[in-house]
Amino acid sequence: MKTYTDLELLSLSKGKRFVYKLKCFFCAIPGFFKKLGIGIYNAVKKLGIGIYIFFRDIVMTFIEGDYKTKVSYLIMGFGNITRKQVLRGILFLVMEVVFIWYMIAMGGYYVGKLNTLGTVQPQHLDDGTIIYGDNSFKILLYGVLTIFFIVAFIYTWYLNIKQNRINEQILKEEKQLTSSKDDLRALVDKNFHKTLLTLPTLGIIIFTVLPIFFMILVAFTNYDANHNGVSNALFGWQGFTNFSQIFSWNSGANSFSATFGEVLLWTLIWAFFATFTNYFLGMMVAMLINKKGIKLKKVWRTVLVMSIAIPQFISLLYVSKMFDYHGIINDVIVKCGGEAIHFLDNDASPWVARITVIIINIWIGIPYLMLVTTGILMNIPADLYESANIDGATKWQQYTKITLPYMLFVTGPYLLTSFTGNMNNFNVIYLLTGGAPHPQTMANNAGQTDLLITWLFNLAIKDSNYALGAVIGIMVFVVVALISVVVYNIIPSTKNEEEFQ
Amino acid sequence: MATKKLASLSGRRRAGNIASYIGLTLISIIWIIPFIFLVLQSFDVATTSLTGNVWPQKWGFDNFIFLFSGDCDFLQWYFNTFIIALCVCVGQTIMQIMMAYALSRFRFRLRKAMMNVMLVLGMFPGFLTMIVLYEVLKTLGMTGENAVPGLILVSIASSGMGYYVAKGFLDTMPKSLDEAAMVDGANRFQVFYKVIMPLCKPIVIYIILTSFMGPWGDYIFAATLAKNISEGFNVATGLSTWLSQANIDSYYKYFCAGGVVVAIPVIVLFLFLQKYYVEGVTGGAVKG
Repeated sequence: MKTYTDLELLSLSKGKRFVYKLKCFFCAIPGFFKKLGIGIYNAVKKLGIGIYIFFRDIVMTFIEGDYKTKVSYLIMGFGNITRKQVLRGILFLVMEVVFIWYMIAMGGYYVGKLNTLGTVQPQHLDDGTIIYGDNSFKILLYGVLTIFFIVAFIYTWYLNIKQNRINEQILKEEKQLTSSKDDLRALVDKNFHKTLLTLPTLGIIIFTVLPIFFMILVAFTNYDANHNGVSNALFGWQGFTNFSQIFSWNSGANSFSATFGEVLLWTLIWAFFATFTNYFLGMMVAMLINKKGIKLKKVWRTVLVMSIAIPQFISLLYVSKMFDYHGIINDVIVKCGGEAIHFLDNDASPWVARITVIIINIWIGIPYLMLVTTGILMNIPADLYESANIDGATKWQQYTKITLPYMLFVTGPYLLTSFTGNMNNFNVIYLLTGGAPHPQTMANNAGQTDLLITWLFNLAIKDSNYALGAVIGIMVFVVVALISVVVYNIIPSTKNEEEFQ
Repeated sequence: MATKKLASLSGRRRAGNIASYIGLTLISIIWIIPFIFLVLQSFDVATTSLTGNVWPQKWGFDNFIFLFSGDCDFLQWYFNTFIIALCVCVGQTIMQIMMAYALSRFRFRLRKAMMNVMLVLGMFPGFLTMIVLYEVLKTLGMTGENAVPGLILVSIASSGMGYYVAKGFLDTMPKSLDEAAMVDGANRFQVFYKVIMPLCKPIVIYIILTSFMGPWGDYIFAATLAKNISEGFNVATGLSTWLSQANIDSYYKYFCAGGVVVAIPVIVLFLFLQKYYVEGVTGGAVKG
């Protein structure tokens, strides 16, 4: 394909330019996959080398090490303690003791049952009492936890060996080993980041990573109201059955795949409109307030900002009651001689409900967007507009040629996050409509304003259909990740972290 | 000729301005009116049900008196939310600043990997974790009437993932500041505590403000944890039960009054700290 320089490109007509850009886009796709392939290849290669080094270190250290090192293979920290690094040694030892104790006390049991998720079913006696057997939920949860723990332990064990190797080398060169005191001092100095990161990372691992792992695994089980894993029946692995429900296409009434498709489509439509209506209208309001000659700028801004301060659930619930069939809006309509409209309830027609939701969301979102865009609008160099004025550009031209490109460039990443954020905008939908209207034709109680996320909530929390909920959660992740990857490669905002420092 | 043209130009500008003022006034009215309605209806003591009337038929403080009488759990909900908001804003601020400072100022192995992992984790819908966390907290006895500590724990524990705004702010701070302090003999902790922290005041206030406001609107996780036990509700969960099909006729006006009472402290706080909020949003939030 012929490539044009910038100048040649400008001399083309608009249509040709568009075709050229389209061509460029499609021609870039193979390149993208090639890059992806190379990336994967490199990652695999790196991983292979990492594993090789890991085992080489273990073996070589054992062969070349002295007796202190060799004992450390069994008793962690032995080498450190005998080389007077008492603090490190004790920490290693404590880790080992805790690990062994944990594995004997509970870890071993749970990992052992992980492949079946429990075999002893609960028994229901005639007098209504239940004799509990295994607990699938606990087996899965603690099983995953134990696996995390085992990985952490192996890594610590490896560190312990590596320390011995490094220490031996240092001693061979007749240098000083770092003392426990030095170690402690480093925690507020050289290794201060480790001190800072420990707590937040631990919190994230336990309260985010572990649950997500767990739920991904749940997607491959039959964990639902009839198999709750404790009192009625255990749940077990069942492979991709849940996923096949989504992908085995049948379009009849109450089909899960058709419902999923409809909800997904509406989620995307919603995210698109919620993002861009807010963005452009918010920008418009910001420009209106920023306009030269407008007085009381602060007052206008404060009025809008105040509405951010009011907790969202109040404004959302209140507005949803304003749009109620017996609410204020309908009252006004009836008094003006019109007929009351079902805006958001179960009798509403789907598109009325959807459009109402989008409009209310505009009301919710504009103040925030106004704030976001105000700052950026004021950062646009004023001389750009001055020279445009001299060249005789109209206001509209100034907007499309200066303001908009600048805004889109700066807010590109923000738009992306707000798009994905809107896909998961639970509060607005749940508090306004709760997914209504709910037609009979949709499976699993889905409604026509339900987003994937609110449907997921209803499935998992209300119907206790955890496995299907997990599947939908994974699908949400896949969609969000796909959109993010594609958009990140398109938008031109090349973020350079070090730029400012 | 020239003056006439000038006059028409300024005339056009004036017309444009008048149109803008009208637009702005309209916008302000649209944005403010639901809240005015809310306040008006909270003073209406004629009936407790949802009506089309906005202007109170009979004025009075009965709705507010009801909230603070012992007839409902509103005070308990309010107290719960206040405690949560207080703890969460302290905890989240510390977690986020720690995370942001470490990621902004240190270059260590796995740093990029860590940031990428957190980015990917952020793409999972938060509800996925809710089921597990509910069961875990249940075994710890932190659900139902004891939902408050559970909510605090969960809100603080993984708040490190929201480090973006603070990091964006720290990234714009010149590294030479740190270096100068270290040349003078300060260790990294002292740099963090004595040099960077004072300069971070705007972003710290922003985080405190947003994390304090969060719990007042937190609905879904609070509802899941409390599981229909009124003592464990926060205001959002509690007040929303008053709007359920069964309750709306006898509780609607109480909901309005409750909404006003909830909104007041947040609005007052916001009024005082508005400057910092605007700075935080316009500065940090966009850089993401």
